[in-house]
Amino acid sequence: MSTQLLEIAGLSKSFPGVKALDAVNLVVRSGEIHALMGENGAGKSTLIKVLTGVFPRDAGETRLSGQEIAPKSPREAEALGISTVYQEVNLIPHLSVAENICIGRQPTWLGAIRWGAIGKRARAALARLDLTLDVNRQLSSYSIAIQQMVAIARALDISAKLLILDEPTSSLDKTEVDELFKKLRILRQDGLGIIFITHFLDQVYEISDSITVLRNGCRVGCFATQELPRINLVSHMIGKTLGHVEALEQTRASTATIRSDTPILEARGLGKKGTIQPLDLDIRPGEVVGLAGLLGSGRTETARLLFGVDHPDQGSIRINSQPVKFRSPRTAIRYRIALTPEDRKVAGIIPSLTVRENIMLALQASRGSWRRLSIAEQDKLADRFINSLGIKTPSREQVVRNLSGGNQQKVLLARWLATEPKLFILDEPTRGIDVGAKAEIEKLIQSLRQDGLAVLFISSELEEVVRQSQRVVVLRDRRKVDELTEAAISEQAIVESIASHSSERAEA
Amino acid sequence: MIRLNPKYIPLLATAVVLVAVFGTGAALYPNFGTPRVFVNLLNDNAFVGVAAVGESFVILSGGIDLSVGSMVAFVGILIAKLLQVGCDPFLAMGIALCAGTFAGAVMGCLIHFFEMPPFLVTLAGLFCLRGLGFVIYPESIGIDHPFYGEVLPQLSILVAPKAVLPFTAMCFLASVLVATFIASFTRFGRNIYAIGSNENSARLMGLPIGQTKILTYALAGFFSAAGGVVATFYMQSGNPASFVGLELDAIASVVIGGTLLTGGVGFIPGTLMGVLILGLIQTLINFNGTLNSWWTKIVIGVLLLIFIVLQKLISRRAVTQL
Amino acid sequence: MSDSLSDLIFWIAFAAILLALRRQRIFWTVGALALLLLFNQFFTPGFFHLQILDGHLYGSRIDVLNQGAKVMLLSLGMVLVIATGGVDLSVGAVMAIAAAVSSRLLVTQHLPAGVAIVAALCISVLAGAWNGLLVAGFGIQPIVATLVLMVAGRGIAQLITEGQIINFLDPTMVYLGNGHLFGLPFTLTLVVVMLLLTHFLVRRTALGLFIESVGDNDEASRYSGINAKQVKFLVYTFSGLCAGLAGLVACSNIKSADANNIGLYLELDAILAVVVGGTSLQGGRFYLVGAVVGGLFIQTLTTTFYAKNVSSDIAPVPKALVIIAVCLLQSEVFRARLAWVLSPLEKFLKPVGSRLPRHLPTTARHDSPKS
Repeated sequence: MSTQLLEIAGLSKSFPGVKALDAVNLVVRSGEIHALMGENGAGKSTLIKVLTGVFPRDAGETRLSGQEIAPKSPREAEALGISTVYQEVNLIPHLSVAENICIGRQPTWLGAIRWGAIGKRARAALARLDLTLDVNRQLSSYSIAIQQMVAIARALDISAKLLILDEPTSSLDKTEVDELFKKLRILRQDGLGIIFITHFLDQVYEISDSITVLRNGCRVGCFATQELPRINLVSHMIGKTLGHVEALEQTRASTATIRSDTPILEARGLGKKGTIQPLDLDIRPGEVVGLAGLLGSGRTETARLLFGVDHPDQGSIRINSQPVKFRSPRTAIRYRIALTPEDRKVAGIIPSLTVRENIMLALQASRGSWRRLSIAEQDKLADRFINSLGIKTPSREQVVRNLSGGNQQKVLLARWLATEPKLFILDEPTRGIDVGAKAEIEKLIQSLRQDGLAVLFISSELEEVVRQSQRVVVLRDRRKVDELTEAAISEQAIVESIASHSSERAEA
Repeated sequence: MIRLNPKYIPLLATAVVLVAVFGTGAALYPNFGTPRVFVNLLNDNAFVGVAAVGESFVILSGGIDLSVGSMVAFVGILIAKLLQVGCDPFLAMGIALCAGTFAGAVMGCLIHFFEMPPFLVTLAGLFCLRGLGFVIYPESIGIDHPFYGEVLPQLSILVAPKAVLPFTAMCFLASVLVATFIASFTRFGRNIYAIGSNENSARLMGLPIGQTKILTYALAGFFSAAGGVVATFYMQSGNPASFVGLELDAIASVVIGGTLLTGGVGFIPGTLMGVLILGLIQTLINFNGTLNSWWTKIVIGVLLLIFIVLQKLISRRAVTQL
Repeated sequence: MSDSLSDLIFWIAFAAILLALRRQRIFWTVGALALLLLFNQFFTPGFFHLQILDGHLYGSRIDVLNQGAKVMLLSLGMVLVIATGGVDLSVGAVMAIAAAVSSRLLVTQHLPAGVAIVAALCISVLAGAWNGLLVAGFGIQPIVATLVLMVAGRGIAQLITEGQIINFLDPTMVYLGNGHLFGLPFTLTLVVVMLLLTHFLVRRTALGLFIESVGDNDEASRYSGINAKQVKFLVYTFSGLCAGLAGLVACSNIKSADANNIGLYLELDAILAVVVGGTSLQGGRFYLVGAVVGGLFIQTLTTTFYAKNVSSDIAPVPKALVIIAVCLLQSEVFRARLAWVLSPLEKFLKPVGSRLPRHLPTTARHDSPKS
């Protein structure tokens, strides 16, 4: 049996107001690929960051090959033999491949860098991955997949014992993933310990030896991959035991309000290479369509295509049976589509503007700069939504940055409701907000539906999707795998279709 | 087919422009192509060149240094004043270089520790050094020390018939050599490139960000001060009011030399070529006699534009390649 | 005697303004100006002396208003550019172009002053639009994009004047920078009119909101349907217009167009005025009046030096100190270190809509130099 390489025991970490890790244990052996699984906010990235010294820990201990370690920076962690390769390749695009592998520890002679030795070392590191590249070429001239392998080679060059791969496959296509896995198997042979973080279930089953599942900062369990059925893995991740899933009471909203069978939006074969496989999607007025799937399954990507943020390279969109092309969100907004983005901070709130300004922004943008809403109109608008959505703020002139997550989300909802949309795309509207606000937002969605709005509802919480939706589109690994309607909607059904081995079959 | 590394394209473009400008001059004026013109070119632009070398480091690191012109003037008056009160010329130069390095290091510390924008910090440096120059002495001081009058002129090499390479030009070329070594053959130099290209990645790769940044500004301060020293050789005087706007010439030389203003890409020899291009345009316009000096600025502006757009196109192509 | 009476009235009025602005962001700027004036009240004899000649007011404070007009005009355009997260380095060169165009048309082409002025402003707007095109259209970094015109602009101005310093005596042009209206310099009226116009343009329309939104969060603005490119293009164009006006005032002041020296280094003063006025170089919230008061502050500083007979050459040093002080106050690291001093003060002066000190990012810092 291989030796225990890394032992983490009772690791805890809190941020103001959040317990990100709660006494987490993790054991990785040499010569194994250990998958770290969990939905968003489960604590995977915090665990990695504590392990590599980006964050200091609050409690717990870490042993590497039996030695107690406590690195204070990624650099220290690297020196100890723990290297991390991130999803966004963290290398220097303008430097050569060789230099990227060796920078910071170049061989020198009397202070002068020995470029010849660097090339040799880089080739040697790449050779361990069974890879030959022109190491003098600029890194950015290679594909992301190759860059990722260069990042791994950099890690190997430090004689790493433990390699952490943080979602390495999310920007790779199928053949590239296969290639990467081939390399990982070589490294496993060499006796490295590998922690592999991904959202792709197929990949976990293809490559990993064991799986640790985290949820809400706690360790759910550690399993041998062979012995853990997919459906159990998914249940562990989303936090429902199988029995639970079956027993859950279906409190789904009625469907009586669907007003017409003509969809407000029809997407046919809509897709974008490397983002989402072509899919069909109809949304009718008075209907909530849920978009379910694990993180990285293509939910947000679909929303971005429908809102004109990204441009599809195939397929078509029709609004009220008219073919349309969205050049930017501005065009989509003109067709009365609204979207609250998944990442509130990056694409949602304007942090230093006030609640009032944030609420009026989209409406004002659609009116243009000259037809400005008067102060009285703005105040009325802001007050109306602060009251109707129950936004907790000292005043409408409060800077949005100072609001809690749930209230920021409500401000975003208000911003779009003010434009009186016909189709509302809600991407993770309940993420990171407290239970009370969550319930309020759910209630709001139902009342919007009753008013005849079409809603596309995206959430990682299946329970929510089941409660809210009249139809559920299930995505897995960036393609639509199933569509459930009415009575067929249940958490169990969704979990089954996410977990199903049907990737070949679903390809129409 | 040999695939050209895209990072060499701007450098190649610089070389093409240099050859084109020189060729134009040589074709138009029979005296233009002589070694003597070239030697004069090096001599006349030596102090700008040395300062531009320092600026190259800062720009490579993704920052900017506006204090160059003031620094050159400050060092000039400092040396002139020290010599006037009977200081040894080497000691005076040493003090000046130390002062320049120190000023650069202070700016680097402010930028790193307080996360202040380099633009504003070095702007403060610009004002501060300019004022301090006037505090030392408010008017021009001539230098009549024997070292300047007698020793310096002898420190020159006959490189071709009727073409004497003066000491200032040697300083310039030596700076370029030293700087090229630092940029290409030391870990510190490579770290500058890494930070300029992607500071966040550089941090995650465990490179010493703060140390590198502070040292970069200190180094730039050193080279600016060295430019000031060379300027005293060239002018044989120090004047606190001189060299206003020299930083613009330095920045323009660096950019025309193929260095990306956003940092991370560029070569020190490119800066040498950039300085020579600027100098050649000036020389060409002088040779012409009917063209006026303002054309220099316009041509430099157009060249800047061409290089900026060229680099934008290259980086855009690099992105779409992924 | 009448001087001390008018001083008293001045200070009572000033104190009232300060008190009224207690909860506004520009309190700091006006307060700094007050400190500077207070210094002059006690240590610079004659600074507060006002006299009336030919029905016009004269005195150091009036000089400040008159001489500061250029920077104040520039800062009106600059503050909008900076609010979008950009910067315009070319305003000094554009001033020179405007001066060159107007005086050339006036003197060598013998065109009426009105035509010359309008033509100069049109060219300035074009220059600004050029910057806007590079920044918004091509997506070039603002510092880099405006550097092009900063370098080439002065050459263009010299080309227009053919390297000459063009002197003019046209009464309209001379009036622009030297005339009086209501007993006060005409430039003051110009600044006030432009301030009102700008205020109207950005605060009576939604443009100001869009500018702040784009500067604060470009991506989220795009998601909200704001045309960020158009907004950016507009602010650079407007900055060109302001620079043109400042250029006209500058050449009128000295009754000649000197392409080499008009507006030299004024882009730096304008940026400084904006920063002193409370607008962050990062973009976002902007303070129009703050920028103008910032310009006034810088001019007062310079005039103080003149009045104290300190060589104007040393004047840059305190300017440098002002920059460092303002930068430090805006630096989050510095604020965090001095939180124990600043936070009680901020509580007292807490503006409406509150600007609490932001939390430091949770990421630990690993980049401190290791020995």
